[in-house]
Amino acid sequence: MTYENNIPEIAAALRAEGKRVALATVVSTWGSSPRPVGSQLVVDETGAMQGSVSGGCIEGAVVHQALETMKDGEPRVLSFGVADETAWEVGLACGGKVQVYVEAVE
Amino acid sequence: MKTELLQRLVTARAEKRPVALVTDLGSGMQTLVGQDVAHGGFGLDREELAEVQKYLREDRSGIVEIGDSRLFIHSYNPPLRVIIIGAVHIAQALAPMASLAGYDVVVVDPRRAFATDARFPGITMNGEWPDDALKELVIDSRTAIVTLTHDPKLDDPALHVALRSPAFYVGSLGSRKTHGKRVDRLREAGYSESEISRIHAPVGLAIDAVSPAEIALAIMAQITQVLRREPSSSAAAA
Repeated sequence: MTYENNIPEIAAALRAEGKRVALATVVSTWGSSPRPVGSQLVVDETGAMQGSVSGGCIEGAVVHQALETMKDGEPRVLSFGVADETAWEVGLACGGKVQVYVEAVE
Repeated sequence: MKTELLQRLVTARAEKRPVALVTDLGSGMQTLVGQDVAHGGFGLDREELAEVQKYLREDRSGIVEIGDSRLFIHSYNPPLRVIIIGAVHIAQALAPMASLAGYDVVVVDPRRAFATDARFPGITMNGEWPDDALKELVIDSRTAIVTLTHDPKLDDPALHVALRSPAFYVGSLGSRKTHGKRVDRLREAGYSESEISRIHAPVGLAIDAVSPAEIALAIMAQITQVLRREPSSSAAAA
């Protein structure tokens, strides 16, 4: 994908400040998910986030898992079904699915 | 991800080098694959490496399943660019066309009468001499360069930089006769046959284009073909 964001740079800068950081990346989508594969979110140890992996509907859960990943160092793949109501708004009645890979930068 | 690998990724992006971050979703191990080098936690066999290069070339990201492993390939490519030398009539059609196709466009022409914002609304203009402009714009492997001035004073300095740059496409407007003279001048200036053979001339796919917009279409089609085709076929087509 082209440079649509600067999440790797933000993550590197946070690491350089000595912060703990996790990255969340959309690795697969099905149907009408709001953000394409490769979209990223960076989370620091306080739970502050930059970037996005959806239109806002799953960020809360992703941040929670990112904090867990920072604690145990285990990367995980999260699967979400986008609520039908949301999917309808973006033009698809049958809902969408998105998989997000969450990893700590260490 | 290892901080060191993240740093390598950030450096590659700053230098506008295309790279793919490959993550084994089972083990969490990661490798950064560039055009000819790979760094990281695990090695890729030839089949995997070919797949990664294909994703990178097609500017795609996604999961591939090879053998027992599920690999996520994340392509990080610098933006596509077309740099047009000569704010001429064909450029007025080519610039918006390239922009529609997803390219950043820069039109270079030091002649003030040609390079006006009125003739190129919304397009980035550069009024430097072409060789200076190209050096300043830092040509990378996702850049196409097209010379359209017909004037050796302007086209040749651009080609001098373009032929020794990593640009994926170099095209020059002019008939076979005009191009023959151009080739002679480039030889005289010390350019090798393989450097000179990078120039697509007469420029554009052979679709019998007549009007400036049709010629622009032929050029844009050729740029697309060179960008998308398999590298193995490039030697045969050149």
